[in-house]
Amino acid sequence: MTQTVTQQKIRQGFKDAIQEESLLDCMRCGFCLPSCPTYVHTNYDETHSPRGRIALMKAVREGLIPWDDDVEHSFNVCLGCRACEPACPAGVQYGHMLESARAVVKEVKKTGIIEKTVRNVAFNHLFQDQKKLSRATNLLHYYQRTGVQKIARKIGFLSLFPEQMRGMEKILPTVPNQKDLKERGTYFSAIGETKATVAFFTGCLMDTLFTETNNSTIKFLQHAGCAVYIPKDQACCGALHAHSGEKKSAITLAKRNIEAFESLSVDFVVNNAGGCGAFLHDYPYLFEQESNWQSRAKVFQQKVTDISTILSKLEFSNFKLKAKVPVVITYQDSCHLRNVTKVISEPRKLLKSIENAYFVELDGADQCCGSAGIYNLLQSEMSMKILDDKMEKVKDTKATVVITSNPGCLLQMKLGIERSGLSSQMESMHIVDFLSDYVSFEMSE
Amino acid sequence: MKAIKLSSKILSLFKRIVGEENVQISLAQRLAYSYDATAMYQSMPEAVVSPRNTKEVVEIVRLCNSQKIPIVPRGSGTNLAAGTVPTFGGIVLLFKNMNRILELDEENLTLTVQPGVITKDLIEHVEKFGLFYPPDPSSMKISTIGGNINENSGGLRGLKYGVTRDYVSGLEVVLPNGDVVRTGGKLAKDVAGYDLTSLFVGSEGTLGIVTEATLSLVPLPEYKETMIAYYDSLEHAAETVSQIIASKIIPTTLEFMDQATIEVVEDFAKIGLPTDVEAILLIEQDGPQSIVQQEMQQMEKICQQNRARKVILASNQEEAEELRTARRAALSALARKSPTTILEDATVPRSKIAEMVREIGKIASKYNVKICTFGHAGDGNLHPTCLTDARNHDEMERVEQAFAEIFQVSIELGGTITGEHGVGEMKAPYLEWKLGREGIEVMKKIKDSIDPYHLFNPGKIFAKSTKKRVVVESDTNSHTAKDQARV
Repeated sequence: MTQTVTQQKIRQGFKDAIQEESLLDCMRCGFCLPSCPTYVHTNYDETHSPRGRIALMKAVREGLIPWDDDVEHSFNVCLGCRACEPACPAGVQYGHMLESARAVVKEVKKTGIIEKTVRNVAFNHLFQDQKKLSRATNLLHYYQRTGVQKIARKIGFLSLFPEQMRGMEKILPTVPNQKDLKERGTYFSAIGETKATVAFFTGCLMDTLFTETNNSTIKFLQHAGCAVYIPKDQACCGALHAHSGEKKSAITLAKRNIEAFESLSVDFVVNNAGGCGAFLHDYPYLFEQESNWQSRAKVFQQKVTDISTILSKLEFSNFKLKAKVPVVITYQDSCHLRNVTKVISEPRKLLKSIENAYFVELDGADQCCGSAGIYNLLQSEMSMKILDDKMEKVKDTKATVVITSNPGCLLQMKLGIERSGLSSQMESMHIVDFLSDYVSFEMSE
Repeated sequence: MKAIKLSSKILSLFKRIVGEENVQISLAQRLAYSYDATAMYQSMPEAVVSPRNTKEVVEIVRLCNSQKIPIVPRGSGTNLAAGTVPTFGGIVLLFKNMNRILELDEENLTLTVQPGVITKDLIEHVEKFGLFYPPDPSSMKISTIGGNINENSGGLRGLKYGVTRDYVSGLEVVLPNGDVVRTGGKLAKDVAGYDLTSLFVGSEGTLGIVTEATLSLVPLPEYKETMIAYYDSLEHAAETVSQIIASKIIPTTLEFMDQATIEVVEDFAKIGLPTDVEAILLIEQDGPQSIVQQEMQQMEKICQQNRARKVILASNQEEAEELRTARRAALSALARKSPTTILEDATVPRSKIAEMVREIGKIASKYNVKICTFGHAGDGNLHPTCLTDARNHDEMERVEQAFAEIFQVSIELGGTITGEHGVGEMKAPYLEWKLGREGIEVMKKIKDSIDPYHLFNPGKIFAKSTKKRVVVESDTNSHTAKDQARV
């Protein structure tokens, strides 16, 4: 088959970046199929399944078919939720192959103009630099505080924007003043006996858009008996970069974080965003070519812990958690918290331990909500299809609070609530905010 | 037969029949339907066509017939004998738009379905009504009922309840000439003419396209128990199987896994299986509670008499389900061990199971290949699985020789070359060993009279040439036929 120069470069890139052994791990049994949201939502199209995508990678690598628009479409539609990994008896490392493939294509091809703009703003400016992100959120803060937001909503100004952007505007949280954030200290001592020393990974999006959630996280860690350090030099985890093929930037960020955290001799590196946590956990895979960094990444990996895990480890539920008002709650997994870090039972146990809160398991909670980083902006049609289906199941739980463990999922669930017209009877909250706003606890000592 | 290039005119005719969105022709889409779960087989179709009803299937078949285009019906592509690989190109026929449960008849205990229904969905559906559809192939979470019917799939409950054929009471089938036949019905008894239902079940898509099926159901057993027995010796586990059957107990499930299989399964499922034992038996019984409990005790005793290291009863249904799920993952989990896994399903009369397990061990060491064995020990259906590397040609030759000898030994013990996976493309060269020339002749006549142009799933069941028989006694005999594997 004749191939263009670009296609040949991609094929060569695949040969260099994707091990044949990794591809051969897939024995094509198809056990992953039912776990794949895009396979299910395309009416069982094999092209949009993990098995199909692995076959495509292999075929492109072997030169059986060239990398063309249809193959690319299949990879763009992939959420990267990695639900196929726990479903795979053969232990195929799908997520890592996907990331490598995307990085190769990114390197060889120029990305489309819309995607390029979104990416450029997101990756090269905002997420690369905490200060820039702060400034941008300051603007947003101004927009919200001054009432411009209200007026814009009234006159329907936003109806000029694409549908998903309109929805996005409604669900953005009220951003706190970034001054407060700057004044936050770098060390917080444990309240009561010190049971563990931890460093808190604040995350870029969490720390700017969800500052309050971060403050509450620190508060709960203190109450649970943690001395909490907040390293100043920490950076964005790099997940969004890597998932979109910006592997080099991700590696730079990873190095900065490893350096920032390894100097502190802490027991745990705590995070409260499932996506970030999973990526921090996956750092060793970024350094397959750099063994020195890989061993440092492995030490770091051992310490990465999410908030619900550490709260349950330190038996936070002993503090007689009680919802201030009776409330029905449900929980939507963060894909990466569940599929990569394998944290499944901890948040549920914590929520179930709350008196006065009635926990209803969400059917399909283990399936992606369609947020997937910036997927909901780039692949909005599929994303909304998945979200609307999700909301039907959320409705069935009759919950008034939908709890999540990741900012992307949180925004997406808020969008889902808006879209399905449930905003008067239902809200979505981060697990930490739920504990903070709804739950009282007593110190037993 | 040569692959036929579809002209744009023919493609537009397909589109006119099923709608634009149901004809897929991009390279990516064709590649995604070029394989099933069989290692080393791959071949691209010309197009992927998804009809919405029987009428459309008829029109597609007529068009293919007039243009001599091969048709490969495909469910979810979990076939293990390359049965759904489009060997000669043509079109792949999908049933994703024909996936409805049509009717549950609680008075006649039947369920009527379209071919695209996922097996597990169907099982769960009828269980809500206190009814039971027993065939449960390991891929049931993915496989379709249409695929199961075409392959006559078995499963973990086959020992007591039989296989798919035992539960298909009626079919709607589109023949290669476009005629629609309805066979059987909601009947417990029906001897009107040849048993065409049975002919189509297990015909691997080579005789007709199943567009609707009526399945017979049984009442859901009221009670079920599950236990697992660990052995330090493979032989003792195999002996246990024979003794259980000889003591006139027919358990629902009697599954076997050897050490290497246990290791990888535990690696995946993490349910605490010991990895230092030589074999595990998974035993289940269902029925009235008192009988189940009594028989489970009896079977536990037999396990202990055969020096089981430990016998553990699952304390609840979740634990039992964990064990079953782990067992179903066995084949895929073995893929952790090597780049290529080649699986067979040689089957022997159940009294010969210990002997067969022993023979497989001998053959593996004779050819210096790694073979792990697991399977449905209770019904004699073993899955010796070779862990190898398709890129190592020297080893692949030995693998082929080893499997040829396993087939040979299995036939000599009164067994067969395939218990439940089908012949497909993979085992076609060995079919004559089991059926003899006369048997193949009868089958060929049936095929020729129904599908004279060999358009329905060509390249399956019937081989271009039969493998030369292995002379087991000698080490230097001739294993001549060339490796037929492609890609």
